[in-house]
Amino acid sequence: MSEQKIDGFELKPGFKGMASDTGSDQTMFKGVHWGKAMMWIFLLSDTFVFSCFLISYMKGRGSTIVDWPNTSEVFSLYVGGVPVPLLLIAIMTFVLITSSGTMALAVKYGYEKNRKMCGWLILATAVGGLTFVGMQVFEWSKLIHEGVRPWGNPFGASQFGSFFFMITGFHGFHVSIGVIFLFIYTYKVFAGHYESKKRGWFTKMKGDYVEIEILGLYWHFVDLVWVFIFAFFYLW
Amino acid sequence: MEETNKMNESTKKEEQTSTQKIGIYLWIWLLLFVLSFFSYMVDWYQFQGMLRWSLILFFMFLKAGLIMAFFMHLFWERYALVNVLLWPMTAIACFIFLMTAEFKYTLFSRFFYFVVGGA
Repeated sequence: MSEQKIDGFELKPGFKGMASDTGSDQTMFKGVHWGKAMMWIFLLSDTFVFSCFLISYMKGRGSTIVDWPNTSEVFSLYVGGVPVPLLLIAIMTFVLITSSGTMALAVKYGYEKNRKMCGWLILATAVGGLTFVGMQVFEWSKLIHEGVRPWGNPFGASQFGSFFFMITGFHGFHVSIGVIFLFIYTYKVFAGHYESKKRGWFTKMKGDYVEIEILGLYWHFVDLVWVFIFAFFYLW
Repeated sequence: MEETNKMNESTKKEEQTSTQKIGIYLWIWLLLFVLSFFSYMVDWYQFQGMLRWSLILFFMFLKAGLIMAFFMHLFWERYALVNVLLWPMTAIACFIFLMTAEFKYTLFSRFFYFVVGGA
C-alpha cells in the first residue's frame, strides 16, 4: 500500500497517511469515489438520527415508574399452542443478515464485471428486504390488534408504543426505500448500464459499478441499525 | 493522452483494492449468523442482570464491527475516511452519558413526588 500513488500523490499508510491526505491541498479522501464519500457522510448523519431515537428511548424507559412491557412475551409467537419468544424478530434478523451477505457478494461480483451474478444477487437482496418489510407489517398489525397504541398499551408503561412505532417505523421506512432502489439497480445492472457507460439520473456521471458499492453501503447500514434496535429494543 | 493514461492507472488500482477474496465475505456472513444466534439464545435461556446486558452488548458490538469493517469495507479504507466516520461517535457516547444522568434524575423526581408524595 505504501508505494501506491494517486495522481502523483504518494499514499502513506496509517495516521501519517491521514495527516498527509488531510493536508495535501487536494481532495481529502484519496481513491474514494465522491459518491461513496457523500454516502458515508449521509450515513453518518443518519447514525445521529437513529442514535437520538435510541437515546430518547433509553431516557423514556429509564425514567418511567411503571414496569416496561416484557418484550420477550409481547413479541412471542404461538407455534402449535406453545409461545416461542421473539420468534418473528429472530427470523427478521436472519433475513436481514442474509440480504446483507448477498449484497456484499453483489458488490464483489460487480467490481469483477460479472454482470449476471451481480444482478441476481441484488435481486436476492431486494427480495430479502421485501420479506423483512412484509414481516414487519405482520408484526405491526398483530400488535395493533392487541391494543398497542402510541399513547398506551395493555402490557405496561404507556411510552412503549410510541417508541416502538417510531423506531421500527423509521427503520422500516429505510428498508422500504432501500428495496425500491435495489429493484431499480437490479434493472440497471441487467440492462447493462454499467457496460454501456450510460449516465445515471440527475447526473452527467457515467455509470460504473462503484454505484453498486454505494448502494451496498446504504443497505449494510440498514442492517447495522437493526443490530442496535434488536439489542436495545427487543433483547434489553 | 497522458492524462487519460494516468486516470486509467488510478482506477485500475482502485479496483484492485476494492475486490477481496470471496472467502472473507462468506466467513463474515457465517460469523454474523452465529453471533445473531447467540444473541437470540441470550433471550431464549432468559439470562438476567449483568450477564444478560454484557452478553447483549458484546454480541452487538462484535456484529456491528464486522459489518462495518468487512461488508462496508472500512478495514481497507484509508485512515482519513475511517477517522472522519468514527470520531463523531464519541459525541453520541457523551450524549448517552448525559441522558443517563437525566433519566436517573427524572425517575427520582417521579418517585419523590408521585409515590412518596413530596417533602
